[in-house]
Amino acid sequence: MSVRSVVPFGPQHPVLPEPIHLDLVLEDEKVIEAIPSIGFVHRGLEKLVEKKDFQEYVYVAERICGICSFMHGMGYCSAVENIMDITVPPRANYLRTIWCEMSRIHSHLLWLGLLADAFGFESLFMQSWRMREKILDMFEMSTGGRVIFSVNKVGGVRKDMDQEMLREFLKVFDGIEQDLKVLTKTFLEDYAVNGRLRDVGVLTRQQAHDLGAVGPFMRSSGIALDNRKLGYAAYPELDFEPITSDVGDCYARCDVRIREIFQSIDLIRQAAAKIPEGELAAAAKGFPQGEHFMRVEQPRGEAIYYVKANGTKFLDRVRVRTPTFANLPGMLETLKGCQLADVPILILTIDPCISCTER
Amino acid sequence: MNMMNFTRIVLKNLFSKPATRNYPAQPKEFFARTRGHVEIEIQACIFCGLCSKKCPTGAITVERGEKKWSIERFGCIQCGYCVESCPKKCLCMCPPYPQPEAQKPTEAYVQPELEPIEKSEKLDRAEQ
Ligand code: SF4
Ligand code: SF4
Repeated sequence: MSVRSVVPFGPQHPVLPEPIHLDLVLEDEKVIEAIPSIGFVHRGLEKLVEKKDFQEYVYVAERICGICSFMHGMGYCSAVENIMDITVPPRANYLRTIWCEMSRIHSHLLWLGLLADAFGFESLFMQSWRMREKILDMFEMSTGGRVIFSVNKVGGVRKDMDQEMLREFLKVFDGIEQDLKVLTKTFLEDYAVNGRLRDVGVLTRQQAHDLGAVGPFMRSSGIALDNRKLGYAAYPELDFEPITSDVGDCYARCDVRIREIFQSIDLIRQAAAKIPEGELAAAAKGFPQGEHFMRVEQPRGEAIYYVKANGTKFLDRVRVRTPTFANLPGMLETLKGCQLADVPILILTIDPCISCTER
Repeated sequence: MNMMNFTRIVLKNLFSKPATRNYPAQPKEFFARTRGHVEIEIQACIFCGLCSKKCPTGAITVERGEKKWSIERFGCIQCGYCVESCPKKCLCMCPPYPQPEAQKPTEAYVQPELEPIEKSEKLDRAEQ
């Protein structure tokens, strides 16, 4: 007869740098149920909106997360721009798109490294992060920051990339593409990697739909939804299709993310070829009044920014719904019935970002 | 065969240069845009106080009467908003990043008063 026991997992755990706590109800080695508790790194960033005016809050918004910091800043700015009826100049839109895609690439490379680390393939982890380093260098070259970029402002962007810089970046991306092609073989064809990822934590299409999963986690279960198709920034002028897989296991999530990196490189090439000359930012005159929902596609999935303004320089409310929060129910579902040893990998495959979930 | 794929990467790494720098013997080269720390050219400052008003963390204090501009180095988040809003363009963000310290220092810069005599001396020197 099997014995039930409860194993606490996290918030500090050697394989998972994210502060999430789970109570795992086990029957022998099998997980029967997982009960989450979050709230260990709450920082009160939404409350800060009462103290910082709407221009200064850009700097707070981009500090919600260290990986998608660009998109947090952009999502907030776009929401305020919509309230204030500001038309962002086309060049700024293209620059934002390029930076967004660079963020996506570096986030996915980071994730690939963490995945390799989680199944114990240390040197594969190093290879992924080595590539990511080049992207961080490009960020530093173009924005002045490696993690926090501070290039967004209400109305546009603060820094420009000239043709020479773009050409240089494209050359680096060519190199990254070559390196990644080699690494992809290991990620997708290696015997040991396949053994750890195939048929682990399957989420069916229906489950993904019912539990409200977002991002690559949802797309790897076969739902072709991508918020970039909603047409913010310069995405309406670029040619791309959401990347999906029908399998829904950990392997599919890895596969989808790798293909998304290639897609992002392609999007950057398209954007660099089409980028028009012009202004970097439109003037933001007066104070915002009204409310707006902005939805953007972050590397981890859909993020929602709700901004409510009252006509003064301080906003009434800012609410952020981050992709990890939406993915938690799906993750708990995949945990049911898995082996204890697979728990870290399963949690990792939703690409959790707990500090942005708790803000 | 699939095992061979990664073996090739390993072999390549074995015979290529290290991917990391030998820090601190070989220090990091900063890019021109790197936001390291805020520097002020105190001579050009008019003590309008705009930078301190705009700073999201309130790291800058401007005392007009004493012609003093001070910054809490560890309060500054290197956002560059002050640099952008200064009307005299006397602030800049330059590398490197601030160094780690045991205390949280406040650095003050006072604009030196130029005495009339000093001024004329300077003029004299310039003429020579
Ligand atoms: S904004 Fe510029 S001129 Fe005005 S006080 Fe600050 S540094 Fe001086
Ligand atoms: S860089 Fe930003 S935080 Fe630092 S002093 Fe200037 S405005 Fe303040």
